[in-house]
Amino acid sequence: MKETVIKTNKLTKRFGDFVAVDEISFEVHRGEIFGFLGANGAGKTTAMRMLCGLSIPTSGEANVAGFDVFRETEEIKKNIGYMSQKFSLYEDLTVLENIEFYAGIYGLTDKEIKDKSDELISKLGLRNEAKKLVGSLPLGWKQKLSFSVAIVHQPKIVFLDEPTGGVDPSMRRQFWDLIYDAADKGITIFVTTHYLDEAEYCNRVSIMVDGRIDALDTPAGLRKQFGVGTMDEVFYKLARQAKRSAD
Amino acid sequence: MRPLKFLLMKEFRQLFRDKGFIGRLLIAPALQLVLLPLAANYTIKNVNIAIVDHDHSSISKKMVDKIMSSGYFRLAGYSDFNSKANKLIENDKADIVLEIPVNFEKDLIREGGRKIAIEVNAINGVKASVGFGYLSGILTDYNADIRMQWVEPSRTNSLPVIDVIPSFWYNPALTYYIYMVPAILVSLVTTIAGLSAAFNIVKEKEIGTIEQINVTPIKKYQFILGKLIPFLVMGFIVFTVGLLIAWVVYGIIPVGHIALLCLFLEVFLIAILGFGLLISTYCDSQQQANSLMFLFMMVFNMMSGLYTPIDSMPGWAQFITHLFPISYFIDVMRMIVIKGSGLHDILHQIGAVLIIGIVLNTWAALNYRKTT
Repeated sequence: MKETVIKTNKLTKRFGDFVAVDEISFEVHRGEIFGFLGANGAGKTTAMRMLCGLSIPTSGEANVAGFDVFRETEEIKKNIGYMSQKFSLYEDLTVLENIEFYAGIYGLTDKEIKDKSDELISKLGLRNEAKKLVGSLPLGWKQKLSFSVAIVHQPKIVFLDEPTGGVDPSMRRQFWDLIYDAADKGITIFVTTHYLDEAEYCNRVSIMVDGRIDALDTPAGLRKQFGVGTMDEVFYKLARQAKRSAD
Repeated sequence: MRPLKFLLMKEFRQLFRDKGFIGRLLIAPALQLVLLPLAANYTIKNVNIAIVDHDHSSISKKMVDKIMSSGYFRLAGYSDFNSKANKLIENDKADIVLEIPVNFEKDLIREGGRKIAIEVNAINGVKASVGFGYLSGILTDYNADIRMQWVEPSRTNSLPVIDVIPSFWYNPALTYYIYMVPAILVSLVTTIAGLSAAFNIVKEKEIGTIEQINVTPIKKYQFILGKLIPFLVMGFIVFTVGLLIAWVVYGIIPVGHIALLCLFLEVFLIAILGFGLLISTYCDSQQQANSLMFLFMMVFNMMSGLYTPIDSMPGWAQFITHLFPISYFIDVMRMIVIKGSGLHDILHQIGAVLIIGIVLNTWAALNYRKTT
């Protein structure tokens, strides 16, 4: 029996008359790489923000890392990492200062901070850049650093919102190496993406259309279910049914 | 409390790395304190006077000499014709016209009195009334001289005369900058500290880092303290620099206790930073924060008693003024710096600002949400 780390039941978010997320129900298991796909405006980010404790759902139920998304948002925050669509490290702090800051506010000890910084710097090959301002780094490196900082406190789950947007293919490949690495250490990965080749890297994939989850299976299972050869075709088949226009 | 340490480290690193920071901290206050008091000068000089002399007597000449030697007036024209003087007012060349009638000297001696006309250009109300005040003062003085000269001493003595000898307390020479500089310093600290705090948080919203903070288990009060403390220090530095400038440039040394000033400053800063925080919780962009802060700062400054006495405002306006922390601080500054008031004298102001501070900060803390 696999351990369930995220479980939702008819989770819904409305903004006035607009139903951004419409009764989604799914489970994510420990150590899994869970792909969360959908066209722009399908409701991915809203769903993810609810699971991170940044946004209170309108109705339904959800449990993240064993805590309730309505009542225990601050407990959830201790157990997750989050990398938002916007780049969110401080550009006017150095690489080391950013690591120290986030590690510090997650409550790591001075020794842990030092060890963790050394480990990250050498793993990312940023030895020469450690004391440079983050703003001066190329985007791909920033994203890798951002991901590493998001899991600096060894969370149970990390939420990645389009982490590889605007990054070149070889950098994306390196970024996914980091993701696999984290998953091997038992961190559950919940990732949204627009790159359908990346969907193939996931253990399971869900596809959101108009706020609903219309498909959920392994990439191979989805191709079989829709009788097509690639994830691209799966996506187009589903996305074509969308009534909501992208924002 | 450990997260607070890291928040503070981050804030101070960012502040000192900001190239404009030292400028805002030192240069802006220096410039404003040197320039603004010159602009907020209430001493009126160079009142342009046009004189129409129909008499051309020795008395009228002496009177004109006396007026011109006072140093407040500049002769804009001297003629026999009213029309010429009126033209000068119309062209804005003259602020005031003094008309000396025909047979002025003769009537004065023979009939013991003669009316004299003063016309004032009241477009600039302050200049008009102050100029008129000077002129009538000089004429009264001159009148007394004439009486001494022309009228028998015995008769003068029998007339009862009330002679007023004013003495101005705390600022004997009525030096305007002793009054203005402390108040301008308050307005400066308010603007710099309040704006910096508001912009700082809104900037984190704009670049998206606040979302990253909101997804950490950091406590709300830790985040708010992490933002308050750096600007408390900053406000303190600006204030100290300002006091030094007041001393070096204007020779103003607070008569009262500096420690008392600092105590009030801290209470005041907590209130004004709370206001900055509150604004930032309602704004999503620096542009928005800027226009809101501009609006409030404008009203704060105009109604603070900086330029005009609060006591002469209508009752409802006075009530509003007392909702703003600035008016209390300007009051306290003038009391401590000029008069040397003690703790007991400002307890009421401390209490009021403390309450305002608690209200603003609580409001800001309630309105700042990690989860929406």
